[in-house]
Amino acid sequence: MAGSPEKYKDRKKIQIKINDEDLTVPEGITILESAHEVGVKIPTLCHLDLHDLQLYNKTASCRVCMVELVDGGNQNRNKLVPACVTKAYEGMTIRTDTLRAINARRMAVELLLSNHPNECFTCPKNLECELQALAEELNVREIRWEGERMDYPKDFSSDAIVKDSNKCIYCRRCETGCNEIQTCGILSGIGRGFNAFVGPFANIPMVESSCTYCGQCVQVCPTAALTEVYHVDKVWEALNDPDKHVIVQTAPAIRVALGELFGMEAGTIVTGKMVTALKRMGFDAVFDTDFGADLTIMEEASELIYRIKNNKTLPILTNCCPAWVKFIEHQFPELLHVPSTCKSPHIMFGTIAKTYYAEKNGIDPDNIVVVSIMPCIAKKAEAKRPELTKDEHNNVDIVITTRELGAMIKEAGIEFNSLPDSEFDRPLGETTGASVIFGTAGGVIEAAIRTAYEWMTGETLENVEFEQLRGMEGVRKATVRIGDQDLKIGIASGLGNARVILEEIRDGKADYHAIEIMACPGGCIGGGGQPYHHGNHEIVKKRREAIYEEDRRKKIRKSHENQEILELYREYLGEPFGELAHKLLHTHFEERERI
Amino acid sequence: MTKPQTISVTKPVSEDLPEEKFNELESFIDHLETTKGALIEILHKAQDIFGYLPRDVQLYIARKLGIPGAEVFGVVSFYSYFTTKPRGKHTLSICMGTACFVRGADKVIEKFKEKLGVESNEITEDGLFTLRDVRCIGACGLAPVVTVGDKVYGRVKEEDIDEIIKAYRG
Repeated sequence: MAGSPEKYKDRKKIQIKINDEDLTVPEGITILESAHEVGVKIPTLCHLDLHDLQLYNKTASCRVCMVELVDGGNQNRNKLVPACVTKAYEGMTIRTDTLRAINARRMAVELLLSNHPNECFTCPKNLECELQALAEELNVREIRWEGERMDYPKDFSSDAIVKDSNKCIYCRRCETGCNEIQTCGILSGIGRGFNAFVGPFANIPMVESSCTYCGQCVQVCPTAALTEVYHVDKVWEALNDPDKHVIVQTAPAIRVALGELFGMEAGTIVTGKMVTALKRMGFDAVFDTDFGADLTIMEEASELIYRIKNNKTLPILTNCCPAWVKFIEHQFPELLHVPSTCKSPHIMFGTIAKTYYAEKNGIDPDNIVVVSIMPCIAKKAEAKRPELTKDEHNNVDIVITTRELGAMIKEAGIEFNSLPDSEFDRPLGETTGASVIFGTAGGVIEAAIRTAYEWMTGETLENVEFEQLRGMEGVRKATVRIGDQDLKIGIASGLGNARVILEEIRDGKADYHAIEIMACPGGCIGGGGQPYHHGNHEIVKKRREAIYEEDRRKKIRKSHENQEILELYREYLGEPFGELAHKLLHTHFEERERI
Repeated sequence: MTKPQTISVTKPVSEDLPEEKFNELESFIDHLETTKGALIEILHKAQDIFGYLPRDVQLYIARKLGIPGAEVFGVVSFYSYFTTKPRGKHTLSICMGTACFVRGADKVIEKFKEKLGVESNEITEDGLFTLRDVRCIGACGLAPVVTVGDKVYGRVKEEDIDEIIKAYRG
């Protein structure tokens, strides 16, 4: 009973038999959930159970988990049932290893392959594809039927997500994620029968939809029906252009996930190896988005204090997450005055690179290429937003994901696992523990509080770890005592949870001072651009532990003690939240249509 | 099922989609006991009112019900009864059921396509007819059967076609 999911814990116990093994299970449990307790693995494809997120995809549409229900010795009455949705009852007898069951499972995959584009070699999901893995696992050696293929054009319309409906196997995981977890409702099954696929309203190009590009659909798609826009070639091109000064910045959540792409344990911290790899790839300077994060805190904490002191709009909402920003623009345009006006950390970094850094080093900003490595797909679209490209220079030129960086390191023939550690370059490379925790839900607000506390009270904050701001639940409410004031903090990760908080604000029921929102469940560590977790949320939890570990290792753990940041203000920006800071580091939002 | 969401709803009135029709649809929706599970019923009504389900009508229904537009489109695209293209004044349906088919419905529909200059599910240039091939309508004794609106023509031969068209074109 050890492995039974929590949700069945108060149920009556019943006896069942799987492959001759007797088993006591709680009533209501599915065959799939019971089988692994007796060492039986039942393959799945459409099924998805991310119980931490309350994300369950139970369409039972792929038929890859068929098992045989054995009925009291009368073989003719045996029937095949899908294990993922068939519930156990007293005396149930199941066989997963009969020829009939094995053939049924293999045939289900064979049929899916009979009209699937036969291009694994060049597919962006090659070796990451769950359909491909099943073909191997179920020993498919022949595809006996050649089906008619779907022939929909690929949708390259957005700057973030590529939709290739011909590879859609109609498992509808993306739809469940988009509708139930993120409550965006962008994706739905379209049409019926053979030509059915998942897409947006009226099958409009993704760019015309209200998609936030959070990438959670990409994260759960078993095939390459939904993938990120690939920007690796652009980076290589820039690196090989002798006239360009190419600098790279890495988001906090990258360093605790990149190792997974090289066979390392989830949660391995590979900051030093990552920096070495980037230097070997030929970047002129390797910097850290954490620097941008510290800068964000300087501005955001100032803005929070300004709003509190001057009775301005409260709560303040953090806006480091571009998917979340797009969500509020489409879904709650009446609340656009609530978020902080700060640019996101990597965009701030880009701005500083093309102004302060360019001047300091005598480099023409036109020749600087800023590459951001992000755990995120939405950052690709963010970097293309007109207001962030309208000045003379793009704030950020190219955004690639953790996965794309992994692909580049492999392409370059770098043996990542045996690399020595290196340090980030200076002066935009000094970072603090506060900026590292941006990578996990609750981190931005904790970092802001570390600074706001000292600024508001004038006292030194001894214990910088605010346990009340940490946790994996979707919505967290906490109070932090600062001097004689209680600050009420809200934290939401996952856009469905964000919606709950936004509705409270809109209806005047909220009394928060500050709220952090991240579009992806768990924050950036669970981002759409991270190595695929293939439905295993434990991976995301381990990344989270690693983020806090990296924070503990830092000597400086408060953003306002970052010496390079202080120097930047002294030499260039002036006061935090001052005139030049406002011009360079703040932005605005706009109302967008909801489709 | 996505949680219903409350947002402000405006009627996307245009020349082809007059306000009275939106008012009629709104009144229908407002008088439903519950909108839960009523999407198909509402779409039927909307298609009755507007003649078809253009994009703006689908979005209006989605916003009115607080459900995603994609969900509405998913249903519209699933059922062949719903159409997103305007219909002609008269729907001219040729029964392609077994009895009608063996008695020459295939030749009849080809002739209609030729005379009207349209394919199935298309509207004629003058906006008078939408041509449709339909499954058995249960009048097999009259095969092959053609219907125009509510009117039924039985035992239709190729040479009857001009007459039928003329009755509506005048």
